[in-house]
Amino acid sequence: MSILLDTLLVTLIITCFLLLGSSRLGACIRISALQGVVTGMLPMALEDCSLLSYVTALGIAVIGLKGYVFPRLLFSALRESDTSREVQPFIGYMASLFFGILFLLGAFWLDTRLDLPVHSSSSLLVPVAFSLMCSGLFLIVARRTAMNQVIGYLVLENGIYCFGLAVVSGMPLLLELGVLMDIFVAVFVMGIAIYHINREFDHIDADRLSALKG
Amino acid sequence: MKIAALSIINLLTGLVLAPLLPGIINKTKAVFAGRRGPPVLQTYYDILKLLRKGAVYSRTTTWIFRAAPVIGLAAVLAAMTLLPAASAPAPVSFAGDLILFAYCFGLLRFFLVAAALDTGSAFEGMGASREVQFSTMAEPALLLGLAALARAAGSLSLTGIFSGLTWQVAGPALVLVSAALLIVFLAENARIPVDDPNTHLELTMIHEVMVLDYSGPDFAIILYTSSLKLWALGALLVNILLSVLPLRGFAATGGVFIGLILLSVLVGIIESIMARLSLLKVPQLLAGAVALSVLALALVLRFTS
Repeated sequence: MSILLDTLLVTLIITCFLLLGSSRLGACIRISALQGVVTGMLPMALEDCSLLSYVTALGIAVIGLKGYVFPRLLFSALRESDTSREVQPFIGYMASLFFGILFLLGAFWLDTRLDLPVHSSSSLLVPVAFSLMCSGLFLIVARRTAMNQVIGYLVLENGIYCFGLAVVSGMPLLLELGVLMDIFVAVFVMGIAIYHINREFDHIDADRLSALKG
Repeated sequence: MKIAALSIINLLTGLVLAPLLPGIINKTKAVFAGRRGPPVLQTYYDILKLLRKGAVYSRTTTWIFRAAPVIGLAAVLAAMTLLPAASAPAPVSFAGDLILFAYCFGLLRFFLVAAALDTGSAFEGMGASREVQFSTMAEPALLLGLAALARAAGSLSLTGIFSGLTWQVAGPALVLVSAALLIVFLAENARIPVDDPNTHLELTMIHEVMVLDYSGPDFAIILYTSSLKLWALGALLVNILLSVLPLRGFAATGGVFIGLILLSVLVGIIESIMARLSLLKVPQLLAGAVALSVLALALVLRFTS
């Protein structure tokens, strides 16, 4: 058990709680960027495959993508729409936090029930991966704005990446698949998010115009 | 025998020096605002002045109103006797005393709330309602945090916990518990992100409004009780952080005292740079503290199993 790896995993969980509890979209983007960077640092912190060149390259690619490219895309989408915060989520922030706690406990329970061929040096990696996946799915269904749904998708993807790291040790195929999926997320972010928010924005405008007509 | 004497000295240090902490907080805030501020010993002056005055009781109040300050003081004194200073043992210690420690503050809160309702003032009733609402969230955070500590140290008494914590094994969990306890500390002592102690007679306040009807010696007891509460909960937090260092004997007493001074300065800084959260946001902050405690407990269970 290494302290560095555990600290990174605990940071992932805390960012997850922050995402579940915060209403400002800008803050959510920054937190998800932090989560992406921490996820990218994970393979370098794993003991069994440290200092391999392709692992480092993969980590840097993930950090660059999730810590710089995605936040920039999301921020530009946020600027185009006039929304700055999630006004009325389907499930409130307090309830979301409690769901986050439930997911965490459920993930720990699930980890004891499943008999996974885990190669990882930390016993936390699999529960953290499960709770990230659950929280990501929860964000997608519980939030109204497209921005938060995309962030939920990113969280889900981070969870899948962590799970891949835990189960597939030393073989980068699944990890590369994860990165490919990241690129898919980028397309998803650009297309769906901007489309959705612009549509919402137009809708608001049309509403105002009809009110003016009387 | 020497150890018993040391723990008595630790207890007396707390009882004598506790009113210093609000003074340090206020001084820090004054320095931040560019003022000279009240002297550090102001709380002592206030208490001495109030003790010389007479008390006024409203005709609508009953014995509950008069009993509450004394019972509250007794509860906090009982909590203080359970509190070790770093690795030095507490004067009283038994398995499970951490629950008594938490619920001494519960007793204090219950009687303050009952006394506030006893006055029949709508204002105080509102403060009482808020106090109870927020403490329902702060209490799970405190108890789960203590449970995580107990599991990490493998002991059910506070003395055993603070002599048995190891940062090498449970480092991340201890950081989480410290963060959760800092939030609980601020909420329980009515400091800024939760309650603003300066806004007398405002609708935003919680703790100060409940004690509006007290005067003279009763109010002196309440002031002293709240500074003891500040000391006790602060010392809990400082003890966790101090378990990094191998402090023995009088070094532990000094370490706890210096740690509490630094904590007071930190509280002063937080109060200077932060605004009070809106009432709807406070439960969210406290739920965050609960989440941190649960996470710490899950980590500790995983590491020690």
